[in-house]
Amino acid sequence: MILAQAPHGFLSPTGVEIAFLLVGLVTFGAALVSVTTKQLVHAALWLVVTLGGLAVEYLLLTAEFIAWVQVLIYVGSVVVLLLFGLMLTRAPIGRSPDADSANRWAALTVAVAAATALVWVVVDAFRATWIDLDGPAAGSTEATGASLFQNWVLPFEALSVLLLAALVGAIVLSRKAKAERSSPSLNSRDTDESSPSVPDARKNPAEQEGAR
Amino acid sequence: MNDALDVALRLLIVFVVFLTFPLIVGQAEHKVMAHMQGRLGPMYAGGFHGWAQLVADGVKFAQKEDIVPAGADRRIFQLAPAVALLPYLLVLLAIPIGPGEGAVGEVVDAGVFFVLAVMGVGVLGSLMAGWASANKFSLLGGLRTAAQLLAYELPMLLTAASVAMAAGTVSLPGIVDAFEWWWLPWQIVGAIVFFTAGLAELQRPPFDMPVADSEIIFGAYTEYTGLRFALFLLAEYAGIVVLCGLTTVLFLGGWHGPWGADGLGWVWTLLKSAVLAFVVIWLRVTYPRLREDQLQKLSWTLLVPLSLAQIALTGVVKVVIS
Repeated sequence: MILAQAPHGFLSPTGVEIAFLLVGLVTFGAALVSVTTKQLVHAALWLVVTLGGLAVEYLLLTAEFIAWVQVLIYVGSVVVLLLFGLMLTRAPIGRSPDADSANRWAALTVAVAAATALVWVVVDAFRATWIDLDGPAAGSTEATGASLFQNWVLPFEALSVLLLAALVGAIVLSRKAKAERSSPSLNSRDTDESSPSVPDARKNPAEQEGAR
Repeated sequence: MNDALDVALRLLIVFVVFLTFPLIVGQAEHKVMAHMQGRLGPMYAGGFHGWAQLVADGVKFAQKEDIVPAGADRRIFQLAPAVALLPYLLVLLAIPIGPGEGAVGEVVDAGVFFVLAVMGVGVLGSLMAGWASANKFSLLGGLRTAAQLLAYELPMLLTAASVAMAAGTVSLPGIVDAFEWWWLPWQIVGAIVFFTAGLAELQRPPFDMPVADSEIIFGAYTEYTGLRFALFLLAEYAGIVVLCGLTTVLFLGGWHGPWGADGLGWVWTLLKSAVLAFVVIWLRVTYPRLREDQLQKLSWTLLVPLSLAQIALTGVVKVVIS
């Protein structure tokens, strides 16, 4: 936005641009708090604010479909999974001073490097691209679907295979853990136990994440 | 100026609906449950068949002391009811009740995704309440809520996707516009799965394991008193209104019906929603509560495969007829 050409100067921003900047600041602030707060569950809840802020940013860029999917997947499922994992393991009310990691400086370095690379790439790729906010929505469901299944269908399929592999892996891991326990004893408990294996498998990663 | 007035009027109407319809459903629940159990239910408040009972209940709740437990996380404890309730208000904005622009609060392009996404956020309120109460029963309730949401969100999404595939659009008015009568047998499995999963997401009986009073008192809401408790109850009934409205719009053809095109479409939408709300109450009186493992099993071994089969069927029929 700063490297704007003459017709799109940044000296007289429109209302949407100002809103975009403000929401961006809130999102950034929430992200900072969520990695620095000493309270585990607060961190997860600040993550909700961060992801919700991102959804609002998508909305302001007319990408409505992406915005709702962001809310659906990240706020509605990933954060719930995270909270579930936290509550299952330990979720003390108040500060948890032992939750600090010793390699925070390494983490900071990696984060800053990754952020720099991403910002660099995005700015470099889209510096001359402008979204016409008044015209037909450039990010409507129809436009998103058409470009996804016409131009980007190969990466899309590759990603779905990756997800499938992760799913199968999770099932295999949870089955193995159960087989290592004692074999099913008396009555028909084994049929009862086979059902939660899938949610079990899905909660495991969140558990580890929450324990850090 | 006219535009602003229009928007304000729509918001006002949706807000009034949001405040009244849940109460109507609540009163209907009092009376229907009573009659199904061979009693009368509230009879005195307001005179005629106790119509003002819920208003009286509301006044009672407002008078009660608002207590925050000493060990609780104050701010999150106090914020949770709002997080639980507000999403339903937003969803109500997007549900069309009649044909045309005039009969919906706000046309949302990706309406199906909007309503499902925002409904999922409401559950965060229960999680926050369960955690922040500093009570082990509340925490257990929160855990059960989360497990239930994770299990039932998937079939709900898949069946909604099936309807969107059938209609070729994800906008709610667009889906009802495309509706034909033979969609009813075509999508009937999806409709049942959607409705069941929705009940589970609202934690209504027989899926009210997270608030099972015989085991964990009142789940995540155990420590709440006064108005905040009432807000959680209101969220449950607003959820019923939203779920019935959504099922009507997605699967039962919304405003379609005899004379529906002549400006009476909204009557059909309301009628179908009301029948569904009655079914919700009926199920509460009829079925015992499922156990936690039965609840998970139902979702993963029955509803998810059924919804996948529905999607396959939708795809096949769609290809054949096009």
